[in-house]
Amino acid sequence: MADALLELTGLHANIGQYHILHGVDLQVPRGELTVLLGRNGAGKSTTLRTIMGLTQVSRGQVRFNGEDITGEATPRVARRGVAFVPEDMGIFQLLTVRENMELAAASGPMDPARLDWVQQLFPPLKRFWDKPAGNLSGGQKQMLAIARAIIEPRELLLVDEPTKGLAPSIINDLRDAFRELKEREATILLVEQNFNFARALGQSVAVMDDGRIVHTGRMAALAEDEALQQQLLGLSLGAHQ
Amino acid sequence: MTADTSTATDPAAGRGLRRRLSAFREGYPHFFLLGLLAGVTLLLAVVPYGIIAAPWQDAAGEAPRLVRLFRMDIQTWFTLTVSGMAMGLLIFIMSSGMTLTFGLMNVLNLAHGGFISFGAFCGATVVAALSGWGGSGSLVLTAGLLLLAFVYAMVVTGALGVFFERVVIRPVYGNHLKQILVTIGGSIILVQLIQVIWGSTDIPVSRPELLRGAVIINEGVPLIGGAAIEIYRLMAVVVGLILYGVMQLIINRTKIGVLIRAGVENTEMVEIHGYRIRMLFLAVFVAGSALAGLGGAMWGMYEQIVNAHMGEHLMIMVIVVIILGGLGSVTGCFYGAILVGLINLYVGYLEPRLAGVATVGLMVAVLMWRPQGLIPVLRH
Repeated sequence: MADALLELTGLHANIGQYHILHGVDLQVPRGELTVLLGRNGAGKSTTLRTIMGLTQVSRGQVRFNGEDITGEATPRVARRGVAFVPEDMGIFQLLTVRENMELAAASGPMDPARLDWVQQLFPPLKRFWDKPAGNLSGGQKQMLAIARAIIEPRELLLVDEPTKGLAPSIINDLRDAFRELKEREATILLVEQNFNFARALGQSVAVMDDGRIVHTGRMAALAEDEALQQQLLGLSLGAHQ
Repeated sequence: MTADTSTATDPAAGRGLRRRLSAFREGYPHFFLLGLLAGVTLLLAVVPYGIIAAPWQDAAGEAPRLVRLFRMDIQTWFTLTVSGMAMGLLIFIMSSGMTLTFGLMNVLNLAHGGFISFGAFCGATVVAALSGWGGSGSLVLTAGLLLLAFVYAMVVTGALGVFFERVVIRPVYGNHLKQILVTIGGSIILVQLIQVIWGSTDIPVSRPELLRGAVIINEGVPLIGGAAIEIYRLMAVVVGLILYGVMQLIINRTKIGVLIRAGVENTEMVEIHGYRIRMLFLAVFVAGSALAGLGGAMWGMYEQIVNAHMGEHLMIMVIVVIILGGLGSVTGCFYGAILVGLINLYVGYLEPRLAGVATVGLMVAVLMWRPQGLIPVLRH
């Protein structure tokens, strides 16, 4: 496998008394979009939260850029260039769109050229720039959440189910945005349940079940192998393709 | 979780004016209440006493007690209103720190009163040590004395806040019951510490020469001519308003302010963006402690006496203010404090023994109407 930007080895994590991750081994290749698939409760979100230092690692190791970052505090992980868009998006509802973005630009004022690019990627943000983010629609909030994550150059984007609960037309907008991001930007680790969305974007893929990685490989290979899809995800996409 | 801030209008509210009034009441509950309070009392002042008292007077020309309450004129009303604002702004200074620590850190610091007392004693110490400056009648020396007293009180309570956050608060983040227990303990220690340092007797605080007495508004001024306003209260109004302005500026116009407001909504998300929330907590706690100290020093000079337990007594008003303002909201705290100050003065003028009851009554009434407080804060 190519040079891995992020490497999880034998990662165990607990939430309260529940043992969620049972030894996750995952390599995220630099410069690629990796999709993490799996059914509900497989531990996808917990994996992302553990990388961010939001959930305690009980065993195992997280290596980022060759350095051991296991158990590092969240702000330090963030300062290393890891951006995280959680499942609930974590929009600051009372802050304006502008303030949300200013906050996300942690190392100083926003770079105007980059801001232009982000606003062009997500036009509604410009329209509601000085409005409270709480007034945005679900899809616009997701755009804002991703915009916040990319307002500064990052090395790794962790995005948790960006398509959840969104209308198909907005999902298409998001897919286009991710395509552009993929070409221009850093490495992305995307957690997704929407297989069509995942297939359109993913280069490499990992499938989780029961707190472990049960399959890794190229997305192209998985997309062609319906038997494997059936086995891993219980999907029969052929019917409506 | 979202608090209901919508300007809900009752569809059966009828036409135009009534609907607009109810929209105003729900959209700007703080202005509505302030207007109501000041308006009703002004009405009491405007209606000539003679008209109301006439049918009730007995042979000696005395009306029953309740009717005599109407014996307020506009000058008195004006004096009461300005004094109420002064008291309200002093309470605001003391409460703002507590509402901030609650809003951002979700910490109920019941030792806040201890910081108020501590600040009051620090202020009193400076005033006593530099009594020559205060007695001089010189504007420069008086201003210097006040500045020193206030800054000293803020520095000492701020430093105490650093220690307190590390030792007392940090282990109990996220657990209200433990916070209540441990901060009440902390409060007892602070009061004992005061008694160790300054002794257990009350200490009189003499106001500087220039701040004694009152200004009388020129008789030529229509309506309020002749009304007397204590100079110290005027100063309290000015300092309180400046402080409110500065706080609003910091909270609404600076990056620190953005972080504080963001942290009130969702601390985890602030950390995800690379900020060390613990540092922000510490900074806000220290600022809150320093504000308690400033408020205490100003209150001591207002009452002209300081007592180790004064902070505990003031805590009742502080807690009323932050609850009725909407926990965590500085703006709500500001208007809540002014409301409490005004109602204290108005009711206290009519019947002094009812002032305390009115304060709590106001809170109860507001909470029945708006359980989330005047200006609620959205909370994650």
